[in-house]
Amino acid sequence: MSLKIVVLAKQVPDTRNVGKDAMKADGTVNRAALPAIFNPEDLNALEQALQLKEKYPGTTIKLLTMGPPRAADIIREGLFRGADGGYLLTDRAFAGADTLATSYALSCAVRKIGDFDLVIGGRQAIDGDTAQVGPQVAEKLGIPQVTYAEQIISAENGKVVVKRRLERGVETVEAPYPAVITVNGSADDCRPRNTKAIQKYKYAKTPSERQGDESAYLCTLCEERPYLNLTEWGVADVDADLSQVGLAGSPTKVKQIENVVFQAKESKTLTASDSDIEELIKELIVNHTIG
Amino acid sequence: MANFYTDNSDLRHHLTHPLMQRIVALKERDYADARKYDYAPFDFEDAMDSYEKVLEIAGEISGEIVAPNAESVDHEGPRVVDGHVEYASGTVKNLDALVKAGLMGISLPRRYNGLNFSLVPYIMAADMVSRADAGFVNIWGLQDCAETIYEFASEDQKQRYLPRVCAGETMAMDLTEPDAGSDLQSVMLKATYSEADGCWYLNGVKRFITNGDGHIALVLARSEEGTKDGRGLSMFIYDRNDGGVTVRRIENKMGIKGSPTCELVFRNAKAELCGDRKMGLIKYVMALMNGARLGIAAQSVGVSEAAYREALAYARERRQFGKAIIEFPAVSEIITMMKAKLDASRSLLYETTRFVDMYKTLEDISKERKLEKEERDEMKRYQRQADAFTPLAKGMSSEFCNQNAYDCVQVHGGSGFMKDYACERIYRDARITSIYEGTTQLQVVAAIRHVTTGTYLNMIHFYEEQPVSGDLQNLRTRLKALTALYEQAVEKVTASKDNEYIDFQARRMVEMAGHIIMSHLLILDTERNESFRTSAEVYTRYAEAEVRRNAAFIESFDINDMAYYRKN
Repeated sequence: MSLKIVVLAKQVPDTRNVGKDAMKADGTVNRAALPAIFNPEDLNALEQALQLKEKYPGTTIKLLTMGPPRAADIIREGLFRGADGGYLLTDRAFAGADTLATSYALSCAVRKIGDFDLVIGGRQAIDGDTAQVGPQVAEKLGIPQVTYAEQIISAENGKVVVKRRLERGVETVEAPYPAVITVNGSADDCRPRNTKAIQKYKYAKTPSERQGDESAYLCTLCEERPYLNLTEWGVADVDADLSQVGLAGSPTKVKQIENVVFQAKESKTLTASDSDIEELIKELIVNHTIG
Repeated sequence: MANFYTDNSDLRHHLTHPLMQRIVALKERDYADARKYDYAPFDFEDAMDSYEKVLEIAGEISGEIVAPNAESVDHEGPRVVDGHVEYASGTVKNLDALVKAGLMGISLPRRYNGLNFSLVPYIMAADMVSRADAGFVNIWGLQDCAETIYEFASEDQKQRYLPRVCAGETMAMDLTEPDAGSDLQSVMLKATYSEADGCWYLNGVKRFITNGDGHIALVLARSEEGTKDGRGLSMFIYDRNDGGVTVRRIENKMGIKGSPTCELVFRNAKAELCGDRKMGLIKYVMALMNGARLGIAAQSVGVSEAAYREALAYARERRQFGKAIIEFPAVSEIITMMKAKLDASRSLLYETTRFVDMYKTLEDISKERKLEKEERDEMKRYQRQADAFTPLAKGMSSEFCNQNAYDCVQVHGGSGFMKDYACERIYRDARITSIYEGTTQLQVVAAIRHVTTGTYLNMIHFYEEQPVSGDLQNLRTRLKALTALYEQAVEKVTASKDNEYIDFQARRMVEMAGHIIMSHLLILDTERNESFRTSAEVYTRYAEAEVRRNAAFIESFDINDMAYYRKN
């Protein structure tokens, strides 16, 4: 029994190690100052897909990413870790998309791919932190979704069993597939890049990356090895409606961006006991919140 | 996001040594695999690019996974459960990452699923893993043993065992016994051939076996009943899947605590003969040990690197009397010396690795086709150089590793004596490097004949002839004066024709040669890369003091003075 899996992955600015120049004066993200990385939870998603591939031999994993031409890095990174191929959605018309337009474009691409059992993505991306794209893709495809997945336990006979990490515990659910699953950062870390895969796929490029600057030998190699040619799709390739993609398809309008310095300290959990409540009231009186 | 390859430009410097062009071309048989395997390189640049990419993976795993786990592994350690070893949880994670990354069987040919890499990037990976966790590198680094199977086992055995190593199974070399440590001729573990079953059975006890519960073990055993010396010993392959060996206990060690050092009991353990009978010690263990010694040299360099970095970071951060302690000359001298010793031992390590790589690869080619006369001469020359440099590299780098670990604690002052800093673990881990795979004293025994036959002197003269720019000539001139002192000392000692006296002075002479050679290597490094200048200058000054000290001792020593040193 084998599966066909599509992994949704996004190239994001590394917001985890933000320096002084991370934001521009106008309050937008200074992408040039931040290294572009594989969105961390999408790596957790890829690992879940790779574990299913180990469990169900013959399973294939294709990455799907939307972004500028350099986002082809994400597909290569996936190939280096054990994926079988990928699609780069890139088109000027896709630019400026909010989550609605992004999920529309991705769902068009998934439909174009057609034959799939599972679409797996990270819970959310570290640049926007919305956690909306995965669920919206499921809605647009009209298939079930399982969010906050920590482990995909099995996917057999049309049923996928998933352990979800929720705020106060775990829950194991079953869903029919095809389905969309979004994976939590608490899931297993992604395995490292593989030494053979990195040698096998290091020359994999999209047509726009391959601008005829390669040696005759490499050209022959790419002809002999189709997997070195990465698929690149524009709006027309995925039969998308121009009015629903990119800035045009995005109802979200950014009014203002503000730098916020967090004031809140760590949260505190209290029981319903009288002593805890009494302590809290004392504390609130002392810091003049009440009284 | 620590990456032990990209954060250390010295490694790239050694990886891109000019001799690599020839090494890689030989190793790749002029890139004949390019069309046969989807991961084989098609030219030198492609191969070097792959080496770097793979080292980046090894560097990332070392920095992101192995190093952060080192402390918990040191505390938790392995356990014996039902006669088998259970690794510390961090060790399991480290191994899992390296196996999934495909960092096993790095130098084995592709037909056994290896990467067919030169020894240089393999040793470099060992260098980085050692910097991360000196105990863990033993478990991972025992893939070295596969080289011995590749060299001496039958094709059938190679096809059965080598792909398993490449897939991530670990190995062990079962040599030492309670009464056979440095003196392996006394090995007693009994091998009996059963005509009925058509196989060998092993019975007896092995002690101090690193990763003794590994999947595949090479076992030295006495196959010739009634014999007492090395000529009665053969090499066997034991497969853990066949059973028959149990782990009686794991030693409680001072350092490298994550590495299980096992006492093994063989009870009718089925085993296969590897290579020819009676050649176990004489030929195979010698090959095995040479590989292992290079591995320990890499481990020593990695630990030296860790010690240097910990000391440097602490000295910059710790403030006393209103300034960082690194601003005090006494502290900065320690740190500078640590770096010079680190750089010197690393240069010697990779020089040695290239010699081993050249001769082993040529030897491997000689099994496929007849070598041309020049190639045969070349092979012999590199083999002699490898034989001469391996004990030197192991001996010098492990002693420097210990000195650096000592100095690392010293820089930390009172804090270094507490369990709170990594330097305490580094200090304990370093201690074994100058003991196992042959103590420093035994490295001297292996090295001394290259003092008396002139291999080292020839190499020194070879280095003197390499072109360098003007200002480096000054250092060369100073080294030439030291070489003259070395020659005088060797002349004086060997003229005695007294073996006990030669043995007595051996370490001094070997060290003199070592200091001069390492100074020359640092000069050549500086010629290629200016960043080595400080270490070349500093190390040459250190060599000057050390060589003169040893020369003075030998010069004023009368052979009869030995009486003062004899203890019975």
